[in-house]
Amino acid sequence: MAENEGKEEEKKFSIWDLPDVPMGKLPPHLELQRTRVVCNVDAPIHTESIQYSGAYASMGVDNSLRLDHFSNNFRVEVVRLTEEVMEFDMIGIDAAIANAFRRILIAEVPTMAIEKVLIANNTSIVQDEVLSHRLGLIPISADPRLFEYMSDNDQPNEKNTIVFKLHVRCKKGGPRFTVKSDELKWLPQGSEFVKDSRSATSSSNSKPETYTSFTCRQDSLPDFVNNAPGPKYLDIITAILGPGQEIELEAHAVKGIGKTHAKWSPVGTAWYRMLPEVVLLKEVEDDVAEELKRRCPVNVFDIEDIGNGKKSATVARPRDCTLCRECIRGGEEWEKRVALRRVKDHFIFTIESTGALPPEVLFTEAVKVLEDKCERVITDLS
Amino acid sequence: MEHGTFTDHSSATFSLTEEDHTLANAVRFTLNQDPRVTFCGYSIPHPSDARVNIRVQTTGDPAREVLKDACQDLMLMCRHVRSTFDKAVDEFKISNPVEEMNIGKK
Repeated sequence: MAENEGKEEEKKFSIWDLPDVPMGKLPPHLELQRTRVVCNVDAPIHTESIQYSGAYASMGVDNSLRLDHFSNNFRVEVVRLTEEVMEFDMIGIDAAIANAFRRILIAEVPTMAIEKVLIANNTSIVQDEVLSHRLGLIPISADPRLFEYMSDNDQPNEKNTIVFKLHVRCKKGGPRFTVKSDELKWLPQGSEFVKDSRSATSSSNSKPETYTSFTCRQDSLPDFVNNAPGPKYLDIITAILGPGQEIELEAHAVKGIGKTHAKWSPVGTAWYRMLPEVVLLKEVEDDVAEELKRRCPVNVFDIEDIGNGKKSATVARPRDCTLCRECIRGGEEWEKRVALRRVKDHFIFTIESTGALPPEVLFTEAVKVLEDKCERVITDLS
Repeated sequence: MEHGTFTDHSSATFSLTEEDHTLANAVRFTLNQDPRVTFCGYSIPHPSDARVNIRVQTTGDPAREVLKDACQDLMLMCRHVRSTFDKAVDEFKISNPVEEMNIGKK
């Protein structure tokens, strides 16, 4: 009887009544698992992000997305911003969304690039198709937001095409001539090559039909008055001519996205990494501290004097850590000294633009593209 | 677009065309965070077809509504990201004055 009473007492005892278990928050080891990737010597662990809203329901912790919680905790800090490269931190966002932005930056933000090349004369040793391919890859500094897409049925007009001309000749008896991208000249009035039309209805007095139908000069439009479209970098070698060789062609640039062809990708590349967190699990002193500092190739650790002639190691620049794992190589005692971790919701984004748009505009456009995709899904569902 | 039983609207598979991991993973993340969802996932039947199947199972609400709400949440998150980013860039430009950027000028 006394035993039964004892058992009943035990059942009423709950682990949550213990004084040192925090209610409503996760215990520290689970919090570590949820928010940090731990990089061990062999492989990283806890790499997946725990997204399910009910993941910690048994602990009374709500893992669901509260939009206000996201809005309050989300931060952006710009580290570096030049005309071509930008580096910034996004804190409080999940990997799925950061990756979506990266993928969109590389493949779905539109740009202008040369698509059709009309070759009138090419006596150089660079083949037609090779030359056209190289012309397509030249970055064009034109704002793609001012243009419309051109589908197969459309006529090329001033709203969807930019026309460039390339006419170079190497003099006989002269040295070899290197054709650089500054030889591409913008034609604001459209194509100059006349189409061969023998239809009876066209009178001989009307303007000859060309390969584009521009209704007005492009440089009369207000957007192009001050910034003429053209190659962004003027020293890209396109072809080399020997004496007596000539190239005469017209190149039409249209709007497209990187998914179709990489020439339309607006970024050289865009990447992100998670913020590194380097933690010293034990006190590291004297010789071991010197050894640790020497091991790190990017100088993450520093030595400081703590008095009595003793030195100890501190983590000075964790952000520079490249995860080479030199500091934990060499046996168990090294693995127990340093913990290499990554913060799961802190991303260091780097965007390198090819020049059509500045990198901060590119990122804004990428976010707009994701919003448009969501809207398309919502309209499809309704 | 929605494939499921006609009687039970709380579980359904949505087949989206012209989409890939970019949108599907982001939508899956927002769906997971919704407390009404018991199960969600996405798959790409073949990498050459641009088609994504998103499966949603809920605790009773129609799956279509839950997916719509998740897309709305994702849109709101994007808007918030954009405004925070623009503010941060403006602050950076004010505190680090650089030369006027000349895009298009050679």
